[in-house]
Amino acid sequence: MSKMKFGIREVVAIGIGTALFIVLSYVSIPFGVIPNTSIQTRMALLAFFSAIYGPIVGGSVGFLGHAIADAFQYGGVWWSWVVSDAIFGIIVGLFVSKFLIEQGGFKKKQILLFNVIQVISNAIAWVVVAPILDILIYAEPANKVFVQGATSLISNSITVGVIGTLLAYAYSKVKAGSSSLSKED
Amino acid sequence: MAKFLTYSHDDTWIHRLCGATKLIFFILWSVLGMITYDTRVLLAMLIISMIAFYMSKIKYKQVSMVFKVICLFLIINILAIFIFSPYEGTKIYGTRHDLLHLFGKYTLTKEQIFYECNVALKYFTVIPAALLFIVTTNPSEFAASLNRLGVNYKIGYSISLAFRYIPDIQRDFNEIKQSQEARGIDMSKDVSLPTRVKSMGAILFPLIFSSMERIDVISNAMELRGFGKSKKRTWYTARPFTRMDYMVIIFTVVFSIISLVFTFYDGSRFYNPFM
Repeated sequence: MSKMKFGIREVVAIGIGTALFIVLSYVSIPFGVIPNTSIQTRMALLAFFSAIYGPIVGGSVGFLGHAIADAFQYGGVWWSWVVSDAIFGIIVGLFVSKFLIEQGGFKKKQILLFNVIQVISNAIAWVVVAPILDILIYAEPANKVFVQGATSLISNSITVGVIGTLLAYAYSKVKAGSSSLSKED
Repeated sequence: MAKFLTYSHDDTWIHRLCGATKLIFFILWSVLGMITYDTRVLLAMLIISMIAFYMSKIKYKQVSMVFKVICLFLIINILAIFIFSPYEGTKIYGTRHDLLHLFGKYTLTKEQIFYECNVALKYFTVIPAALLFIVTTNPSEFAASLNRLGVNYKIGYSISLAFRYIPDIQRDFNEIKQSQEARGIDMSKDVSLPTRVKSMGAILFPLIFSSMERIDVISNAMELRGFGKSKKRTWYTARPFTRMDYMVIIFTVVFSIISLVFTFYDGSRFYNPFM
């Protein structure tokens, strides 16, 4: 399967993925200790979709989902973070052929690879792209946006690392049932 | 679950505008609001947004919830800017007028107050435009509009699908949550964080896996109906451009150009009253 394929399945995956992303934006688990911080389950969903459907679906779900959820919730769109979500989806999606989730091959090696890539993508998105765009577009103080970025990096990496990995592992196991048949000699 | 903004049917001239027109207005308006820090331009934009908002006959009740969330968010942001960088304004405007010494290294300056007022003003110029766009644009017409603006119809269709399935997925979420709660999971603040995360998983997994099945079902249905065979498609909800649409687009473009020229006339995106 080509990475850059944009067929019917991708069209539908973007649609449903975006809808899920928006619904999950309203569902967060507050830490309870630090105010206004929460576990964003939608990031795990984004990583999961990117790892199955590739960069086009990942980037689109991140971009559309974040933009629409922002508009619905705040009436405004914080473009720098929208772009960061899209970049996260694209980078994770680029390695789609390595994860083998749908083929039922999401084992130790792939889990490790998935987590290395998701942490790197999170770092690029939240410590590089988001703060720089915040400074360029919104002229916000540099130290504030870098602290925000670092917080997002940590919480998103943990969320994706735990929930995202479990999702991919469970889904891969379900899928393995249908593709583990081998031809008899 | 929190209620969010939705399209509400009405018949003002703003509702009758083509979705594409409102999208152009919204995009140019938010880009302009992002670029300029010129207080005079921002004030002009704020007044125009307010007039348009008034004419659309949207009731405050429809948007009050969202409005409160925005205000809370704005206050947190403004406080955070001050805590992290109390002299950002001084850096930008190049002068320093102290008003009040607070404590330690924190001194309130006129420049900082002016800068933070501009940050707040930026929010308030874009918010009415976004609310207008969301409340007065029919989601299915929106997809048709995107297509008219030259966006590939497959992307337009993806967005249509997203809007179509948000209520379904929300309902699924609630059903799964209720049935899991009936089986004894607890998601309230009374239980510890790990338990809460585990309970979240009990909802998340069925929700996402049933959605994966849904993707296959919808893809198959669309494939059977020959989706994507032709280069073009028509839209049931598409509307033709009227004279009003052209007038709004021309006004928006002209206003944006004038504002940008006005903003950058003195070589900086900030309006500096201190010089």
